[in-house]
Amino acid sequence: MTFRPEHDLHKRRFSRNLGVGLTLAAFVALVFALTVVKVKRGEPMQGYDHTFQPAMLPKQEAKP
Amino acid sequence: MSDTTAYQGATATPHEPGFGDYVQLLKPRVMSLVVFTALVGLLVAPVGLHPVEAFAAILFIALGAGASGALNMWWDADIDAVMKRTARRPVPDGRVQAGEALAVGLGLSGISVVMLWLATNWVAAALLAFTIFFYAVVYSMWLKRTTPQNIVIGGAAGAFPPMIGWVAATGSVSVEACLMFGLIFMWTPPHFWALALFMKEDYHTAGVPMLTVTHGRKATRAHILVYTLLLVPVALGAALTSIGGPLTLAVAVALNAWFVIGAWRIWKRDEAVAEADRYAVEKAFFRFSLLYLFLHFAAFLVEAALKSAGLGGW
Repeated sequence: MTFRPEHDLHKRRFSRNLGVGLTLAAFVALVFALTVVKVKRGEPMQGYDHTFQPAMLPKQEAKP
Repeated sequence: MSDTTAYQGATATPHEPGFGDYVQLLKPRVMSLVVFTALVGLLVAPVGLHPVEAFAAILFIALGAGASGALNMWWDADIDAVMKRTARRPVPDGRVQAGEALAVGLGLSGISVVMLWLATNWVAAALLAFTIFFYAVVYSMWLKRTTPQNIVIGGAAGAFPPMIGWVAATGSVSVEACLMFGLIFMWTPPHFWALALFMKEDYHTAGVPMLTVTHGRKATRAHILVYTLLLVPVALGAALTSIGGPLTLAVAVALNAWFVIGAWRIWKRDEAVAEADRYAVEKAFFRFSLLYLFLHFAAFLVEAALKSAGLGGW
């Protein structure tokens, strides 16, 4: 006796779950790839790490 | 809950949608045109994007277009149900609930706009957001049911993708982007009015105020000719800009000559003649209009490739 009879509904539900799962996995991969590209290219990033950063000072103050 | 009870509960909802039903909500055929034109807009731009960024840009532009398609299906479910051409869409067919279509549309709209912003720039994202708003609200909710000029103004939504592709690469709008927009914008009315001429029963039954219903078929034929003539300078103008060249100009001249001849033939016919040959000229014009747009954008792409090899361009 089987407790899981085959039904078209199960197939559709499986296809939906599989589709959503693969889409999410692809989305994660794409966001990761985009992050790698942008970080490698060194797009405007600023780490506020309590270190003196002359580049952030107004031009006159930055002069020695 | 055992497996058997789960099965019994499940049989109560026999129309549970599959993944393909949700894909259908996004109007994949329209998306393919969006992908192609946006890709051309992006590739002919003078600034290059990293391939991953370019892929993401095209993907999210297409997703945004799909989202607006889902919103359109949610809003237009009542008229889709009575038109033969659209009766098998997921919502009128009962495969997807209208509320689900709305949720998919809104969710994907948000994701596509934010992701396009992160992948490229805010101008492209803002244009995509405006395009979705324009198609879903201005066209679907407002103009489609109130004015016979619905196709003319609504056509703008379909014209934005190449401009968004260009802006995704360059960060700003230019003459070239505007002319690619203009090309699709001016092409849309003759394309859809030709369809309306031989799908007359559909629009009439649905009560959509297409030009054929409100102003008659003779006026529609005249409108097709006028808009086709107005399309010519836009198409030739685009070929004379930095995205064009001798090849593009030759293609534009040939395609527009053919298109004008087709429009002229439609204008010269009356209903009796058209009925007699089952709208052969109108159907041929409609089919050619698809080729017209494809070849125009393909020419831009080939010209850009030639230019990079030091051959094409002005």
